[in-house]
Amino acid sequence: VERIVKANDREYNEKFQYADNRIHTSKYNIITFLPINLFEQFQRVANAYFLFLLILQLIPEISSLTWFTTIVPLVLVITMTAGKDATDDYFRHKSDNQVNNRQSEVLIDGKLQNEKWMNVKVGDIIKLENNQFVAADLLLLSSSEPHGLCYIETAELDGETNLKVRHALSVTSELGADISRLAKFDGTVVCEAPNNKLDKFTGVLSWKDSKHSLNNQKIILRGCVLRNTGWCFGMVIFAGPDTKLMQNSGKTKFKRTSIDRLMNTLVLWIFGFLVCLGIILAIGNSIWENQVGGQFRTSLFRNEEKKNFVFSGFLTFWSYIIVLNTVVPISLYVSMEVIRLGHSYFINWDRKMYYSGKAAPAEARTTTLNEELGQIEYVFSDKTGTLTQNIMTFKKCSINGRIYAGEEYGDPVQKKEITKKKEPVDFSEKSQAERSLQFFDHSLMESIKSGDPKVHEFFRVLALCHTVMSEEDSSGKLIYQVQSPDEGALVTAARNCGFIFKSRTPDSITIEELGTLVTYQLLAFLDFNNIRKRMSVIVRNPEGQIKLYSKGADTILFERLHPSSKDLLSLTSDHLSDFAGEGLRTLAIAYKDLDDKYFKEWHKMLEVASAAAHERDDQISQLYEEIERDLMLLGATAVEDKLQEGVIDTIASLSLANIKIWVLTGDKQETAINIGYACNMLTEDMNDVFVVAGNTVGEVREELRKAKESLPGQNHSILNAHAACGKEQQLEMASVGEEDTAPGDYALVINGHSLAHALESDVKSDLLELACLCKTVICCRVTPLQKAQVVELVKKHRNAVTLAIGDGANDVSMIKSAHIGVGISGQEGLQAVLASDYSFAQFRYLQRLLLVHGRWSYFRMCKFLRYFLYKNFAFTLVHFWYGFFCGFSAQTVYDQWFITLFNIVYTSLPVLAMGIFDQDVSDQNSMDCPQLYEPGQLNLLFNKHKFFICMAHGIYTSLALFFIPYGAFYSAAGEDGQHVADYQSFAVTMATSLVFVVSAQIALDTSYWTVINHVFIWGSIATYFCILFTTHSSDIFGMFPNQFPFVGNVWHSLTQKCVWLVILLTTVASVMPVVAFRFLKVDLYPTLTDQIRQRQKAQKKAKPVRRQRPQTRRSSSRRSGYAFAHQEGYGELITSGKNMRAKTPPPTSGLEKPLYNSTSWLENLCKKTTDTLSSFSQEKTVKL
Amino acid sequence: MAMNCNAKDEVDGGPPCAPGGAAKTRRPDNTAFKQQRLPAWQPILTAGTVLPTFFIVGLIFIPIGIGIFVTSNNIREIEGNVFMYYGLSNFYQNHRRYVKSRDDSQLNGDSSALLNPSKECEPYRRNEDLPIAPCGAIANSMFNDTLELFLVSNESDPTPTPIPLKRKGIAWWTDKHVKFRNPSGGGTLEERFKGTTKPVNWLKPVYMLDSDEENNGFINEDFIVWMRTAALPTFRKLYRLIERSNDLHPTLPAGQYYLNITYNYPVHSFDGRKRMILSTISWMGGKNPFLGIAYITVGSISFLLGVVLLVINHKYRNSRNTADT
Repeated sequence: VERIVKANDREYNEKFQYADNRIHTSKYNIITFLPINLFEQFQRVANAYFLFLLILQLIPEISSLTWFTTIVPLVLVITMTAGKDATDDYFRHKSDNQVNNRQSEVLIDGKLQNEKWMNVKVGDIIKLENNQFVAADLLLLSSSEPHGLCYIETAELDGETNLKVRHALSVTSELGADISRLAKFDGTVVCEAPNNKLDKFTGVLSWKDSKHSLNNQKIILRGCVLRNTGWCFGMVIFAGPDTKLMQNSGKTKFKRTSIDRLMNTLVLWIFGFLVCLGIILAIGNSIWENQVGGQFRTSLFRNEEKKNFVFSGFLTFWSYIIVLNTVVPISLYVSMEVIRLGHSYFINWDRKMYYSGKAAPAEARTTTLNEELGQIEYVFSDKTGTLTQNIMTFKKCSINGRIYAGEEYGDPVQKKEITKKKEPVDFSEKSQAERSLQFFDHSLMESIKSGDPKVHEFFRVLALCHTVMSEEDSSGKLIYQVQSPDEGALVTAARNCGFIFKSRTPDSITIEELGTLVTYQLLAFLDFNNIRKRMSVIVRNPEGQIKLYSKGADTILFERLHPSSKDLLSLTSDHLSDFAGEGLRTLAIAYKDLDDKYFKEWHKMLEVASAAAHERDDQISQLYEEIERDLMLLGATAVEDKLQEGVIDTIASLSLANIKIWVLTGDKQETAINIGYACNMLTEDMNDVFVVAGNTVGEVREELRKAKESLPGQNHSILNAHAACGKEQQLEMASVGEEDTAPGDYALVINGHSLAHALESDVKSDLLELACLCKTVICCRVTPLQKAQVVELVKKHRNAVTLAIGDGANDVSMIKSAHIGVGISGQEGLQAVLASDYSFAQFRYLQRLLLVHGRWSYFRMCKFLRYFLYKNFAFTLVHFWYGFFCGFSAQTVYDQWFITLFNIVYTSLPVLAMGIFDQDVSDQNSMDCPQLYEPGQLNLLFNKHKFFICMAHGIYTSLALFFIPYGAFYSAAGEDGQHVADYQSFAVTMATSLVFVVSAQIALDTSYWTVINHVFIWGSIATYFCILFTTHSSDIFGMFPNQFPFVGNVWHSLTQKCVWLVILLTTVASVMPVVAFRFLKVDLYPTLTDQIRQRQKAQKKAKPVRRQRPQTRRSSSRRSGYAFAHQEGYGELITSGKNMRAKTPPPTSGLEKPLYNSTSWLENLCKKTTDTLSSFSQEKTVKL
Repeated sequence: MAMNCNAKDEVDGGPPCAPGGAAKTRRPDNTAFKQQRLPAWQPILTAGTVLPTFFIVGLIFIPIGIGIFVTSNNIREIEGNVFMYYGLSNFYQNHRRYVKSRDDSQLNGDSSALLNPSKECEPYRRNEDLPIAPCGAIANSMFNDTLELFLVSNESDPTPTPIPLKRKGIAWWTDKHVKFRNPSGGGTLEERFKGTTKPVNWLKPVYMLDSDEENNGFINEDFIVWMRTAALPTFRKLYRLIERSNDLHPTLPAGQYYLNITYNYPVHSFDGRKRMILSTISWMGGKNPFLGIAYITVGSISFLLGVVLLVINHKYRNSRNTADT
């Protein structure tokens, strides 16, 4: 579907009924709020289920509970949710209003008039001024800057804060600010339908009998801010909801945790269980009706025809479904949300995950995934900006076969340099020269001074062939705006060596070469992309020579060198592998002299190609290919990519926690391997490192098979032992220790080509099997899509919980497809953070996020669920036992009010407090002993098995709760001779026992008693008694005699000694076996957690002050040899050479293909901005 | 040496990374709550705490159990006040439909509810177009046998002496004074119940249950006791009190007794049973062997568990010298 828009012609455009510029992010208004919100809420299964129950309760034949038992919690939940939705929506309304009422200048009837944004229509021409927000998606017509340029900031769209350039068509830029001419502008734009692709636009402008092709460079999107541009005019193409900004604010994929999924299954099971109970009771009812009830009823209820006992059973079934529904109360779901929210806040509040360098606290952007953080088995990490800092330093270069190096051990200098960086640097020539002398190889400076042409040419390439923008700030200092830090490093290096990039215009670049200003005419700009992996500029120097300067990936560039460079090639490629060996990112630099005529011809062809309607891109890239041949090699650059702080420790600790870390990077194999060593993911004492680099499916399969065969011992045994990817593992220390050391360490390195083949169906399983056996997996040269595919592969076939961490736009797909996505708020913009579930500034915080917060969340959530299910089984199943004594009539055991309030008042807060605050071991111990993480991975704390234990526990308690009072009251009389076995006293006794039992149980479960826990637990019991006394008081009975029939009961029952004796007995009998069982478990089979808790306690007693800092891993693990199975491997890590490696040159992380690996597509997007500078040729109008 | 490229930082250095002020506000507060460092008691199950608990529970429960058991068994002696109960079995007073079938407003003397009883009372809501008072199946099925107790002094004198049975004081105070009230208004009780009819099964209307004004109508204690429905299908309800006349003689001296039952209440139709029980009361209520036995059992189990755990713990510890702490 195409969109046709005619400028300045509202009537014409109205025909198409395009959306106007008013936006509605709000969902409701005052009238629609209630119906729509309720409708939405009842779409949730849980709410619908409770509504269904409510309806059942309204049928008098079935109703076994009064209506308020269900409606009170339901209304509470619905109101709370509605309240939250309403506030959210209120703020949305507010921001909508604010946005809709923004003013903009619109050209109406030949005059500029102020209009509200919402009144702007498609086809209008509007004027924007500097620093204004763009009101709609505009076609840029003209601007204050020469050549119709304008600069925009796209922070709101993609998080990038650097400026981008937009470029008007030259025909329209002539219109300038001439209002009358603009008012007469009647061009028609035919373009694509609204879509959400931020970096794509295709359309054609027809004006004055000619057609002009339009691309993304002519479009200013809503949400951008105009910068450094006095004014500009634009024609509205998409408005309001059709704008790309709004189109992009789509729904994000809803992630659920595995606990959620387990709960869904369990709820189904529970429901099945309820149905079984219901059927048993219904059958019981039928039999009872048949044998006893029939006679009983006819004698008690007159005129009652003998009812069909099967039908009676049927009704009873439903009645019991209502009575027993409290096993899964609505408050369960709400409590889970509250707990997760609490955990999210703890993450946001954690000072130990706050990075002061960027003033960035950690942020839980999703509040529903926390416990999943405690179950991670696979971490997929990006490298650039995640493991590494993405701070590039120009380290070395090879020029014309000679290596020039920076100082080898330049740490102090470097530091100094960095600190100096912060201050504005004076780039006057003198100081600049001094600086470079200070930093760089003297021989290089000499070469420069002596005027070695190759060296000059080399730095000229660095100063000319890039996409950096320069700017002078108020004090006249030169500031570079870079999109890729590599480029920045190179341009800065050139600057420091006397080739200072000064400024650029769309068709010229000015640099200062050793003090003299030289302006180059920019003839063509052959942009970088993923396939080309290189970038070139064609310039004409003041002498009139045309030169092509190129830089790019060595492999690519080496293929297109002139034969005469052969010798240099072999020399340089030696240097390159040296560089790569040191973990440096390398680029090859080349140039070519062009013949004037040849270039003109070529340029003409380029013009034709860029105006082509079809396969424009293909044609252009072919032309690029053609001219970038026979290059003359100049040399190569090497840039250091520094590891982030604490990466090694974090990786070591995570792998001790049995988390497999896979690095997915766009880097080339050698650099990737290198960074693997730098991070200690690969070590010298690994048994083998398998490298898979086949180019065909067959090769890849062969390599994988071979690798698998070379693994020692039987494959199967290893497979089993290493069940790593799933099966239960005994947590028992010794066995784990053996297991870990037995199969030996292997690593797998696979590159993008091979991965593409390996991801094909039949090889997939081989890959996966091998990868899971390896300790380390590194995938290099992978595309963003492949990253996501790898994640999906593991997710799907290993059934493991995955986490993806990355910082760039190329990680977005992997972040979205992993169970949990973590974004590093780094230097590459906010894309990854926006797509992520959690974000923080440094990779090392991952350790705390998983080992402390994740572990706690999982631990707490599991404890919460176990207790909650237990509690409700105990609470509800009493009705089942009672059924056998009340003719299966669905009579409840408790007072209706008690049933209503039990879950939401009497027992909600203590379990919430436990779910939010509980800690088994301290955060320090969690960090020090990563093995504690394992129960989460193995799903040990809450699974189907545990569920059955909870259920059995609940059933036992319900038995004790029912049969002890039953036995005691069977024939008992009270102290005053009156019977205590009346229904109401029975109910009060049992309810009170239940409250005591569940309180005792939560007290037993709570392992971390803060003040809040105390208040909640004691407070809940107190509240129970307060409410009990209130509902049994004569005052409230006087007001509602029918709702509070228990009047006076509490005074009568609770003054009886035997009632208290029953309560005490019930409580003890319910709790005692649990205590015994738990004690035995801790005593005989203590888990690691138990041991650490004991130690923690002992330490606290011994020296409360000596909270260990110095007592880091090594010492603590030595002290407890028997306790830590992983200790050996652990200590080894620290003491062995691996550690040494880390100490020597601060992890030189090797990365090389700087341009494409780190930023890939988004980078492309950015690059395209500069593309415009050169692509003037493209907008030549094409007469058709 | 290295030339660090921080160009972007320099540009952006302004607003987002403004040091000082901005950084301070974003740094999370260092409070014990937010950093999850709240001081806390962290109990763990150790032999030192668990084992003594089991022994203590055992040592406390067994004596309590014995105490209860002995007391309960001693209740036989007919000393002090004697309570007379009637018992019914297989009577499902706890059936849901039966339990519901009453109108507490009506029983509380609400005049509108008196003439227009709640729907819950069906089918005993109206009879012959008149509202039933008291309405509902519970009231309708009220136990209405009369029990009288006579002492046959000795063989030679066969004239039985009637034992005085107290009809009042058998209901809860709150029931009698708060929950149950006769309809307000002047005139005799009969006038106040005007416009209502008696429950179908009843022989007399509600205002003729007793001659004593304080024990008639809705506040008749027999009625109140019946209306307090039983929790279980076999139950007993207090019928009469036999007060001790003086301290020297037992309330019911040994001898032959004669029970006269006026049989009004049919139980055959639902296969029920009737009983009459005489009992005294101890400090913890009526005869109740279960509770004593249960206490003894739980106490013994606890004690035994304590011993078993002690042994296990001891053995285990010995086998592992490297024990912790």
